[in-house]
Amino acid sequence: MTDELFAEYEDKLPKKVLGELKENIPAKTAKGKVREIMDTAVKEYKESMADPGECIGNVSAESIGEPGTQMTLNTFHFAGVAEMNVTVGLPRIIEILDGRKDIKTPSMEIYLKKPYSQGKDIKELAYSIKETLLNDIALEFQINIVDLSITIKLDRELMRRSGFTSATILNGLKRHTKSYNVKAEGDEIILKSRSKEAALNSLYKDKEKMKEVHLKGVKGVKQVLPVKRGDEYIIVTAGSNLLDTLNLEEVDPTKTTTNNIHEIADVLGIEAARQAIINEVFGVIENQGLNVDIRHIMLVSDTMCTTGGVKGITRYGVVSEKSSVLARASFETPIKHVISAALVGEVDYLTSVVENVMINQPVPVGTGLPGLVTKVKVK
Amino acid sequence: MADENPEEKIAVIEEPSEELTLPKEEAGRVDMPEPSVHRKVAAIQFSVLSPQHIKKMAVVKVVTPELYDREGYPVDGGLMDTRMGVIDPGLVCRTDGKRLKDCPGYFGYIELARPVIHLKFANLIMTLLKSTCRECGRILVLQNKVTSLNADLEKIEKEEGPEARRRVLKDLIGGMKTATKCPHCKAKQIKITIDKPTTYLEAEKRINPIEIRVRLEKITDEDLILFGMNPKFIRPEWMVLTVMAIPPVTMRPSITLESGERSEDDLTHKLGDIVRINQRLFENINAGAPEIIIEDLWDLLQYHITTFFDNSVPQLPPARHRSGQPLKTITERIKSKEGRIRHNLAGKRTNFSARTVISPDPMIKLNEVGIPLVMAKKLTIPERVNVWNLPWLKKLVELGPEKYPGANYIIRPDGKKKKITDETKEASLEELQPGYTVERHVQDGDIAIFNRQPSLHRMSMMCHRLRVLPGKTFRLNPAVCHPYNADFDGDEMNLHIPQTEEARAEAEFLMEVQTQLISPRYGLSVIGCVQDAISGNYILTKSLKFSRENAVDLLLAAGITDLSRLSRKQEISGKEIFSALLPEDFNFTGHAKFKDETGSDEVIIEKGKLIKGVMDRNLLGEGSGLLLRNIHKRYGKDFTINIIGNMFRLGIETLARHGFSTAISDTDLPAEAKQKIQDVFDKANRDVTDLIASFREDTLEAFPGKTKSETLELKILEVLNKARNVTGQLVSEHASKDSHTRIMAISGARGNLINLAQMAACVGQQALRGKRIDQGYYDRTISSFRKGDLSPMARGFVAHGFKNGLTPAEFYFGSMTGRDSLMDTALRTPKSGYLYRRLANAMQDLKVEYDYTVRDSGGKIVQFLYGEDGMDVSKSEKGQLNIKRIIRTVLSE
Repeated sequence: MTDELFAEYEDKLPKKVLGELKENIPAKTAKGKVREIMDTAVKEYKESMADPGECIGNVSAESIGEPGTQMTLNTFHFAGVAEMNVTVGLPRIIEILDGRKDIKTPSMEIYLKKPYSQGKDIKELAYSIKETLLNDIALEFQINIVDLSITIKLDRELMRRSGFTSATILNGLKRHTKSYNVKAEGDEIILKSRSKEAALNSLYKDKEKMKEVHLKGVKGVKQVLPVKRGDEYIIVTAGSNLLDTLNLEEVDPTKTTTNNIHEIADVLGIEAARQAIINEVFGVIENQGLNVDIRHIMLVSDTMCTTGGVKGITRYGVVSEKSSVLARASFETPIKHVISAALVGEVDYLTSVVENVMINQPVPVGTGLPGLVTKVKVK
Repeated sequence: MADENPEEKIAVIEEPSEELTLPKEEAGRVDMPEPSVHRKVAAIQFSVLSPQHIKKMAVVKVVTPELYDREGYPVDGGLMDTRMGVIDPGLVCRTDGKRLKDCPGYFGYIELARPVIHLKFANLIMTLLKSTCRECGRILVLQNKVTSLNADLEKIEKEEGPEARRRVLKDLIGGMKTATKCPHCKAKQIKITIDKPTTYLEAEKRINPIEIRVRLEKITDEDLILFGMNPKFIRPEWMVLTVMAIPPVTMRPSITLESGERSEDDLTHKLGDIVRINQRLFENINAGAPEIIIEDLWDLLQYHITTFFDNSVPQLPPARHRSGQPLKTITERIKSKEGRIRHNLAGKRTNFSARTVISPDPMIKLNEVGIPLVMAKKLTIPERVNVWNLPWLKKLVELGPEKYPGANYIIRPDGKKKKITDETKEASLEELQPGYTVERHVQDGDIAIFNRQPSLHRMSMMCHRLRVLPGKTFRLNPAVCHPYNADFDGDEMNLHIPQTEEARAEAEFLMEVQTQLISPRYGLSVIGCVQDAISGNYILTKSLKFSRENAVDLLLAAGITDLSRLSRKQEISGKEIFSALLPEDFNFTGHAKFKDETGSDEVIIEKGKLIKGVMDRNLLGEGSGLLLRNIHKRYGKDFTINIIGNMFRLGIETLARHGFSTAISDTDLPAEAKQKIQDVFDKANRDVTDLIASFREDTLEAFPGKTKSETLELKILEVLNKARNVTGQLVSEHASKDSHTRIMAISGARGNLINLAQMAACVGQQALRGKRIDQGYYDRTISSFRKGDLSPMARGFVAHGFKNGLTPAEFYFGSMTGRDSLMDTALRTPKSGYLYRRLANAMQDLKVEYDYTVRDSGGKIVQFLYGEDGMDVSKSEKGQLNIKRIIRTVLSE
């Protein structure tokens, strides 16, 4: 019965408010009263809408910029027994809003499917995700100048622990050893150059390359840490590779996430990236014990993502997208903007704020937005 | 702008605004001034000046580097030619016949003896030369590929801008086979390199600007479009200057020094160089001088013109004054924070403003500001005279500028301004009539905008009502300190007096303190009680009892005259006194900061009576709790601001009667507690020693992903933090329950229980970069410790309290963290400031449209509905619609 009533208000109130109403109105309330409640809610909702012309952008910028002064620069995790060290505080916010491609501390939170999320084989699983390079299990790389060969000495103990055999290593090395004769001898692998005149230089380069050969795990994951979050186990990593991680069978792809916004944009799309920016920025601000409404962060995130890609709030990103020459020029590198405007004969229609400030005209926001039209009686 | 960079033409497209029609003059009124022509700039067009255009807009051809003749009069055809505007008070501009300040200035030009590259187009010229044929001037792309190429480039331009478009095109052509042979005329192409800044080389041989200009001329209009240039506004040959515009005299005024000497502007100096070299070049060419000499002069001319545009080119030595200080030429004038754009165009200066130190006065209203009398006599408001206010204004004029409240100026309808002095007073009074304007002193109740820098949010500029007070400082109610982030340790603030009716109306309705109560950041009150007002109300509502007389006295002292709500009993409790402020029909339940003796933190107000609980920071303070927000929602802004003021004064008056001070004895602990604390430390020390021992013996198990020493550190930190927390608890258990220090902490007025524990018992671990202190000497922090000592004392654990005193080492560790936090603040401010500037710049033109979408200035939709529900945070309750409150109020009706 009341459901019909709620349906009536579906397009008058936001979903969240409607849900809250449903939950909070006592079950035995008379229909008339329910309607009255709904009407008051609609009235109050309408009253609290932002007015047309409200310069919401500036309000959001203020709301994020002002607490920025109160944030700490170097926050580290205090006595946090087992947490990955991630950038927090102001540097992190700057990093996100800059839209930086490579961030200081990329990190993933890997959620797992059922048996594993309960803690089954969690350690083993974590280690299988961790990237192992040849360098990690090798003790020594040697170059023999006389017979142009590379000798890799392996750490038996480590190999055994992480489940490697010479064969598996050779297999992983295959792609890089085309011009070498490969021989495994005890815990040594000897690579002998096939060509007689191979330069020492290239030998050295190959050796360096081999150090970085990826043998196992997810590329880019430098460290893993199984953590209990609520009542399930997750794996926190240092280093991020979302695409490969999502492809793993044990991983719950619906919840697993990374703190690298660009990676999210590439793998999951721009809407996901928008949400990721919101979550990350909100997380940092909350972590600092500051209070900023999520709407402001949404707006920032939306400005960064409207073009369909993640754009930073820099002169190369969002600001360069502005339609007004003077607005761009007033930010940074004014001369460059004026010149490139002159080349195409750009016209500035003075539709935003700074241009109008510059030429002493009212700005078209807030009370400057509406114009008045009067009928003039002609005598 | 227009007169800044002579190469960028800026035409102003004007659209006539609606005719200003004014009502016919009424009889008896003095004639109104002619309505000034009011025009609105509709758009600004950017383009590059052609040589023809430069000549056309110029009023004089400059031919001599001389500035003045013997009499000090500007030379004809010189750089200070009076046709280009005047900067001397006596002279008249020969172009428009106007004098100094009225004459806008006009451009001149010089004919260059040889063409010269315009520095700012050097890179573009390079691109053009590289991508077009040296013989036929066509782009080095097969004709049939042009269309598809253009489509690709359009896409790139859309995504990355015109700069990227040209870069991609250049790279593309560079990689093509056609790069060595023109697909149109089959001419062989030679590799071109640039020797920065303005020399172009073709196979190591220099191409002179004449040749470059010839090549650029050959590029067709169709091909230009490929380069992202619009042939309607720019031809590439214009980028090689043959004539140069000379900026008007008015934009490079000379200054007369005290000694009577003239000091010319940097630009004039530079232009003098250019004209001089240009003349010499002309003479040498005409005299048929050897090519080398001509080339040298040509290069010199190029240098001067280059530095005229930009004196900070990396490859060139900057042109300098005789004193060695570099000249400020056009680019430096425009660029950066002190440049024209950010300093003069985007930032303005204002009259009718004042600045002085602030000091507190809780007895004035929250939306008032006290200003010194001297200021009130200087700051004025223009008041248009009409029949009704004529007597009043006459009285003010009669009092004149010295006596308050008086007036400083009268303005005739023709705009003539007259100062009121003892001599002119009579005449002014005589002529004063409707239509005149009087600039009167500001008076109590006038509107002013009050501001404290840094103006980080809109609450940093709020509108207050004036209150003229004795003294020399601005007075403001301490409750409004928070939105300004002000304190009274010497802070200064600014005051502005809006001068028009429109500005005053906007200030009053949009900016007045009560309209800014709810923060747009988080939807709660930004103004609330602070400091003493909180502890005062806490004490009052906690336990105090008054006789009726004293209660009435208290309320009256706090400025509360409406005693109708005060209980009629003979003995009145503090809660009842507080309730006297609340409206009769107000209901509220909330939570206090701490639980009281009964273990409840509930605060209940029913029908305007505080039944249960105490008032503390959670309820009265800014940014927390919903008490103030609820009052605001229910009773409106004016009521709220009033009640905050009343609560504030009530709190302070309570303290004044009750007495409130902190003493060293507040931190005294009983011997038993001291012993307990000592035990805790001993245990912690033992634990740490054990941990270190197990680390040394290598029996310590590492945390996953951490090394052993990291694990040790974490474990030690844990133990020490626990010890500190336990002592904190012991202190708060044993310290005197009703000491004022404790009351401050518990009510949230100032400080917290940790501070108390730090004074009484133990300061705790000093952390640097999230770790225990581990830097200083090799393997130790201070030389008084053994190497490799990992004990708490040696690594920055301060085991003493401030009262008992710190050991020298402890004090030193404290200084280390103190310095670190100072550095943090110093480094953070510019960083967050820049972030804020970027955010503001990027988002300033986003606004809610009439269809409730959020769009930028170009009309691009950013959000379909602001914040997904369209709600304005400053109208919300903590960012939400308070459903529970709505249900409760509707159901209780």
